[in-house]
Amino acid sequence: MWKTVLRRVLFMIPQLFILSILIFALAKLMPGDPFTGLITPDTDPKTIEALREAAGLNDSILVQYGRWITNAFKGDFGVSYTHKIAVSSIIGQRAGNTVFLSLFTIIMTYVIALPVGLLAGRYQNSIFDKIVVIYNYISYAVPTFVLGLVILFLFGYQLQWFPTSGSVDVGVTSGTFAYFMNKLYHLILPGLTGAILGTATTIQYLRNEVIDAKQQDFVKTARSKGVPVSKVYSRHIFRNSMLPITSNIGMELVALISGSIFIETIFAYPGIGQLFIQSIGSRDYSVITALVMLFGVITLIGTLVSDILMSVVDPRIRLD
Amino acid sequence: MASNPNVEDVIEETELDSSSSNPPLGFKVIAREFLKDKVALTALIVLVILLLTVFIGAMFIDQKEVMRVSLLNKFAPPSSEFLLGADSGGRSILGQLFLGARNSIMIGFSITVITSFVGVTLGLIAGYFGGVIDNIIMRIVDFVMILPTYMMIIVLITIVPSFTVFTFILIMSLFMWAAKTRLVRSRALSESRRDYVSASKTMGTNNFVIMFREVLPNISSIIIVNMTLNFAANIGIETGLTFLGFGLPASTPSLGTLVNYARSPEVLSARPWIWVPASLLILVLMLCINYVGQALRRAADAKQRLG
Repeated sequence: MWKTVLRRVLFMIPQLFILSILIFALAKLMPGDPFTGLITPDTDPKTIEALREAAGLNDSILVQYGRWITNAFKGDFGVSYTHKIAVSSIIGQRAGNTVFLSLFTIIMTYVIALPVGLLAGRYQNSIFDKIVVIYNYISYAVPTFVLGLVILFLFGYQLQWFPTSGSVDVGVTSGTFAYFMNKLYHLILPGLTGAILGTATTIQYLRNEVIDAKQQDFVKTARSKGVPVSKVYSRHIFRNSMLPITSNIGMELVALISGSIFIETIFAYPGIGQLFIQSIGSRDYSVITALVMLFGVITLIGTLVSDILMSVVDPRIRLD
Repeated sequence: MASNPNVEDVIEETELDSSSSNPPLGFKVIAREFLKDKVALTALIVLVILLLTVFIGAMFIDQKEVMRVSLLNKFAPPSSEFLLGADSGGRSILGQLFLGARNSIMIGFSITVITSFVGVTLGLIAGYFGGVIDNIIMRIVDFVMILPTYMMIIVLITIVPSFTVFTFILIMSLFMWAAKTRLVRSRALSESRRDYVSASKTMGTNNFVIMFREVLPNISSIIIVNMTLNFAANIGIETGLTFLGFGLPASTPSLGTLVNYARSPEVLSARPWIWVPASLLILVLMLCINYVGQALRRAADAKQRLG
């Protein structure tokens, strides 16, 4: 078991290395450098040239890569072209919001998906189950941005139940309970959008697992021992069906991260997904590079977690 | 898929290898599956009608005429002149809907064809030859799979010097072939260990003939199912990127362009005629294609068939 995990982690190192080279190459392809923003009509080209020389932009590409990757490891991604402050602190301000939103989305996904999936599987072919199957088809097919807009339109503008943008109202003191509740209030619509998309696969999996498990011998044994039906479902079947769901959590994380670009843009939620789109708009290449690297590492870790959990759940797919 | 498969060979293989769980999709099997599943049949009919309407309708619409700005008609609500109203530039929503749907479908289709071609070729090579070649291809696939796709596409779109529909299709295809390669490879791997392949090898058949004329037809059903589902996904990704403003150039309308107008709160809340039809069309397209894909998947797997 540990051998598999170790091997999988070691396997990640070359991937991380190639990813960093790719992103460095992309960064070099992007027009401009940290001093482009300083140029005004009466700037002496020599001053800029001296600055470039001092920053090492005239060094060989290998030296530049070496410096970039060492700094990246220390969390130093340079200075934002437009905001003129360290990239790491801009991302730091926003990352908290995205983590908060992702956590909320995952919790909401499972709060909805677990009971619905279990009940749909238990009462297969009932009216409830049929509605769930239709819900699954729709939530699986609907693109993130369409769902986000519809939810924003209905609950934000038509019914006006929830705020339509931001992560917190102005004038609420940070640190108080009211502040926390206000943040939560802003999370509901974007969280719901992410959760509906997440439930599609989770409910589907869980429902199929329960239907499969119903015919298994261990269920028959439990029933013939005299275990009540509800207990068979809540204990025996639930535990068995949960395993494949848990292993999916890594991929869920990856989906959330790429979905955050859409969801945060639609709900004007100040997280790193929105920051990415804004930075692209303002051509803030140092922030873009750092974000692509960050997203790449998160995707890598998500896949890693998924693979490891999968091998824990299903020993047949262990690597050796 | 193979340009001109030898019919006799295919029939012979199917008869010899009747135990295979993924036989080539027969038209009869598909027809029976659709007749048995009324929803799938409805989805198929709706899809065909939609595609015909969009493509025939778009033929009668002049793109320049539709995309011409006329400020007098700015945000015109639905009326007899503009059946679905007009956008901020006074351009007819209905006209843009037809053109946009056609463009989105064509782009989704092109990407599906390109990525399938690459994925099937590489997957067959990796699965058939195995060994070092398989290892090299699959490590590249592993790497592409862990890339943050949306972000890479958006970054590439912003830094390519001349951005056209063609470059857009290429950039998207760059990241979409890997999953297909993995799928085809796993199928080709088990198929290539079967007796008919060994027999063909002993007879001295060229490797590429075995791969494309003998192995490929046997895994074609799974590829067709995968292509159908990918087609829906690709339309979703294209409209999504265009929605964010990183898809098609502004002169070429897409369904995403129309939904993109809803990013202004005013349009979203007060002028639903601009974005609702396009969103609905995307949803209906995705639902129908997915449903047809699911029915095809069931038809491809004897264990899941309804009919």
